[in-house]
Amino acid sequence: MLMRLSVIIIPAIIFYIVLNGVLNRTDVYDAFVKGAMDGLKTVVNILPTLVGLMIAVGVLRASGFLSMLGSVFGSLTEKAGIGAEFVPLVFIKMFSSSAATGLVLDIFEQYGPDSRTGLLTSVMMSCTETCFYTMSVYYMAAKVKKTRWTLPGALLATAVGIMASMVIVMYLQ
Amino acid sequence: MLNYIWAGMLLVGIFYALFTGNMEAVSNACLEYAESAVTLCITMAGAMALWVGLMEIASQAGLIEKFTNKLQPFISFLFADVPADHPARGYIATNLVANILGLGWACTPAGLKAMEELAKLEEERGTPGYAAAGGRRGKRDKYGGTDGQREERAGYETVDRRRGEMAANGKAGGLKKGDRSASDAMCAFLILNISSLQLIPVNMIVYRTKYGSTNPSGIILPAIVATCFSTLAGILYIKMRYGRKNGC
Repeated sequence: MLMRLSVIIIPAIIFYIVLNGVLNRTDVYDAFVKGAMDGLKTVVNILPTLVGLMIAVGVLRASGFLSMLGSVFGSLTEKAGIGAEFVPLVFIKMFSSSAATGLVLDIFEQYGPDSRTGLLTSVMMSCTETCFYTMSVYYMAAKVKKTRWTLPGALLATAVGIMASMVIVMYLQ
Repeated sequence: MLNYIWAGMLLVGIFYALFTGNMEAVSNACLEYAESAVTLCITMAGAMALWVGLMEIASQAGLIEKFTNKLQPFISFLFADVPADHPARGYIATNLVANILGLGWACTPAGLKAMEELAKLEEERGTPGYAAAGGRRGKRDKYGGTDGQREERAGYETVDRRRGEMAANGKAGGLKKGDRSASDAMCAFLILNISSLQLIPVNMIVYRTKYGSTNPSGIILPAIVATCFSTLAGILYIKMRYGRKNGC
């Protein structure tokens, strides 16, 4: 049901917007081309940031630093019945969503999606975002260097999300 | 802030690799990830062109305006200092709704445009660090500008610098010349985005199905509750900091 919904949603939105434009006598094609140009410019603007950010994430991952952090904290969480892979996942999710997805699939394979670790992973992944990635890309679009109170707020929201997932999963089982 | 995070990631990574013997992997990762950033941008370019194009149709047809009007109370609650008729509101509304519905491919384009519009708003206000200047409302130029305009901007920049110096004399920790500082609206917008708004974690459900979960969608309710907590924490924090002058 959900899957079918997500298949139809893109065409439905396009249909609705274009139909609405035609009914309102908008130059739909002209408008589209102008907007597309704007969108492409934004992409070109953020490309350098993205390259910089991805290199930093790649270096950090390849150096083994992230997995070291994970194993240090993982030995703590294992006592609470949570797989050691969960903690590195939390870190990686802050930087890269695709890297996190790879880890999630590892966890599902190793522990199963319905295990405590699997459930916790599912809920945590659903209630957090790629904090540093989003910040760098969005602020690059505005060419902002000083992020003021963004990071504390973002980390607070992420931490509350993780804690909430832990408590909720405890009640699930 | 971003300076330190970025430099920290690189320096710690390379330094750590010295001790773990992963230097070769690090050296490969540099090029590999640079390449994948470009690949990602090319993939994203298509989606960006499609969605910003569609949003342009929607905005010319008045659809975004109608839609933003409905969300006006919520946006006014969080972004009080963004004028009601400013285009930033339309993009903020689109981004938030796309986020809630989990339409990742539609929310990033709207989010990036919202940030650009919020930056333009600061330009219009003549905030130090934002080149160009106030009093140019309605004449927002999207295409860089001619030499004359560039000179005009350079002129404003000296004014900005003077303002920045004045601020530095008045208060500790003034701005370096040309450094843009995030506006309250930008901070709030990003915290909202990062607090995660997505109601139904479609991706997770798909992965769970793939790995043989007996109840793949059983996480929907827990995920909604957890998301509410994180978003609520984000909103409380925004409410605490919004409009206060002291930044970090």
